Amino acid sequence: MRGERNMEARIDHRIICGMIRERATVLDLGCGNGDLMSLLVRGKGASVQGIELDDEAVQRCVEKGLTVFQGDIESGLADYPDGSFDDVILNQSMQEVKKVDFIIGESLRVGKRVIVGFPNFAHICSRWTVFFRGKAPVTPHLPHSWDETPNVRFMSIRDFEDFCRSKGLRVLEAVYLGARGTLTCCPNLFARNAIYALSRQGDREPAFPPAGRE
Amino acid sequence: MSEGNVGLTGTKEFTFGEPPDVVTLESGRKIGPVTVAYETYGRLNEDRSNAILICHALSGDAHAAGYHEGETAPGWWDAMIGPGKAFDTDRYFVICSNVIGGCKGSTGPSSPNPQTGKPYALDFPVITVSDMVNVQRYLIDHLGIDRLFCVAGGSMGGMQALQWVSSYPERVMSAIPVATTLKHSPQQIAFDEVIRQSIMGDPAWRKGNYYDHGQPQNGLSVARMIGHITFMSDTSMEAKFSRKLKNGGYGFSLEDDFEVEGYLRYRGDSFVKRFDANSYLYITKAMDYFDLSGDLFLPGKQRVDSRFLVISFTSDWLYPSSQSLDIVRALKRRRIAATYCELKSTWGHDAFLVEVAEETRLITNFLRGITATLSPLHHDFPGSRNHETAASPAENRRVS
Repeated sequence: MRGERNMEARIDHRIICGMIRERATVLDLGCGNGDLMSLLVRGKGASVQGIELDDEAVQRCVEKGLTVFQGDIESGLADYPDGSFDDVILNQSMQEVKKVDFIIGESLRVGKRVIVGFPNFAHICSRWTVFFRGKAPVTPHLPHSWDETPNVRFMSIRDFEDFCRSKGLRVLEAVYLGARGTLTCCPNLFARNAIYALSRQGDREPAFPPAGRE
Repeated sequence: MSEGNVGLTGTKEFTFGEPPDVVTLESGRKIGPVTVAYETYGRLNEDRSNAILICHALSGDAHAAGYHEGETAPGWWDAMIGPGKAFDTDRYFVICSNVIGGCKGSTGPSSPNPQTGKPYALDFPVITVSDMVNVQRYLIDHLGIDRLFCVAGGSMGGMQALQWVSSYPERVMSAIPVATTLKHSPQQIAFDEVIRQSIMGDPAWRKGNYYDHGQPQNGLSVARMIGHITFMSDTSMEAKFSRKLKNGGYGFSLEDDFEVEGYLRYRGDSFVKRFDANSYLYITKAMDYFDLSGDLFLPGKQRVDSRFLVISFTSDWLYPSSQSLDIVRALKRRRIAATYCELKSTWGHDAFLVEVAEETRLITNFLRGITATLSPLHHDFPGSRNHETAASPAENRRVS
C-alpha cells in the first residue's frame, strides 16, 4: 500500500511537486499518509484533497491538517464536477486499480492533467529474477511476494507509453527514476519508477514548470 | 496529554423575543418570549474566535459536560468535551443549548403559555431544525460571538450543524456533522411516525393535555423502546443480550423473559421520568421535516469557506454511511473541501456517543488543522503535527 515508503519514494514526491504549479488545485488518488499532499501544500501553496481507503492513513492525513475522503478511488472520483482540479495525481496507485482506463479517463474529466507514477515491472532486476530464477520478481522497488502484493496490474514503461498512444493521451512530460535519481538512458530497462504528466490529446498544453530533477 | 473534566457545571437561561419583538418560525407562526437553556465550558478568547457550538440529538439537553450539583452522571458528551478532550476546553469555548421544543429548560410544549399561564401543550407551534438553529443564533448573538469556530453534533445535532452552514455560512468556520443526514428518509420518517402514534394512541396522552394528570407512560415508554432498537445494531444487541434469559428459563407467560425485553422496558420507564411526551412528538416532527437536499443545502452561489468533517459509522443503519456520503457528494459538487471518514464500529447509531477514541483523534486533529490555517505563523500547539517538515519514522511505517 501507499504507506510503505523507501528513499526512492521521497524523490518521486519531489519530482511530482516540481510538476505542480504554484497554488494549483490538486486531487491525490490513493494519497496514503498524506506525505505528498503535505509537500504540495508547503512547497506550492497548493489546495489539495486526497482519497484514501485505509483507516489509519486517513487519520494520518487529518493529523497533518489535510482534507481527505475515505473511500475507494473509483467511487470517490465520480462526484467531482468536470474540471474541478488543475492536477489529479495517481502516484503508486494505478497498478492497484483494475479499471485503469476508466480511472485515467475520470481523472482527466475532473482535472486538466493527470500525473501518473508507477513501478516499472520491466526493470532489469525484475527481468533477471524472471529469466534466471524463474520466479515472480521481488525487488527493492517491488517488495511484495506474488501472494501478498496489492498490485493487480503489471506494466512496463513501454506498455504504458503504448497505452497512452492508443488512448489518445498526450505525454506532457516523463521522468524516469533509477536507483540513483533520474535517468534518461534505456528507461524501460533501468528505471524503477516512471512519472508521467498527461493530458488529453488535442487539449491545449497546460503550462507547467519543468520537473525538479534530482 | 492528560484529560480532565470540566467539573461542576450549571445550566443558564437566556430569554428573548418579548412581545412585540417575537420570533417568527419557519411555519410563519410567531412565538415569544423564548427561553433558551444553555451551558458553557472553557473561556471565550479575546477576539471571540474560539467558540464551538455543540448541538444535541433528539433526547439530549444543554448539559453536555461536567456534573450538576448532587448528580453522579456527567453530561451526555462528557467523554468528548473537557480539558484535553476532543473539544478541548483549554483551547475552546464550548456552548451547548437545549433546542426550542425541548423540555430541559428551553421553551417547549411543556412551558407555560404566557397567554394562559398553563403549559402550551398542542398550542405550541410546530418547530423545525431551522427554528432550532435560529434560536441558537439569538444565543450566539447574546454571547457576543460573531463567528463560530465550529458547529458539531451527532444525529439531530448533525442536522443542526448542516442547517447552521446553510442558514449562516458566513458565521461558521467549520462543521462536524456526525452520523447524520441531509434529509430524513421514508424509513426514518416511518420510525418517527410509529413513535408518535404510540404516544398519541395512549389514552393518557389526552390530546396533549396531560400535564395535570401525568405523562402518557405506556405510550412514551414504547416510543422510547422503538428508538432504542434503532440506536443499536444486530451485532451490538447480540453482544449485549444474545438470547439471555432474566430468570434462567422460559416463564411460559407474557412477562419479560429475555434480557433484551427487560432492558427496553427499563429504558422506556426511565425515559418517562425525564422527558416530556409532547416534546418527543414535536422534535421527531422537526427531524422529519428536515430536508436540505438539492439546492436547499448551502443555497445561493456565494462562496462557502466553511470546512467540513463528516463522520459516519459502519454499523449505523438508522443514519447509514450512504447518507453521510450524500452530504459529502453535495459538498464536492459545490467544490467545498470536506474530509469524510467512516469509522468502524459495531455500536450502531449509538456509536457517535461510544466510539470516543477514534472520534477524538479525528476531531482533535481536524480542529487543530483549522486553527493552523487561520494563523500560519503560530503553530504552537503541543504535540501538533500539522506542519512537520519531514516524515517521522512512524510515518514511514507500513499502515496496512
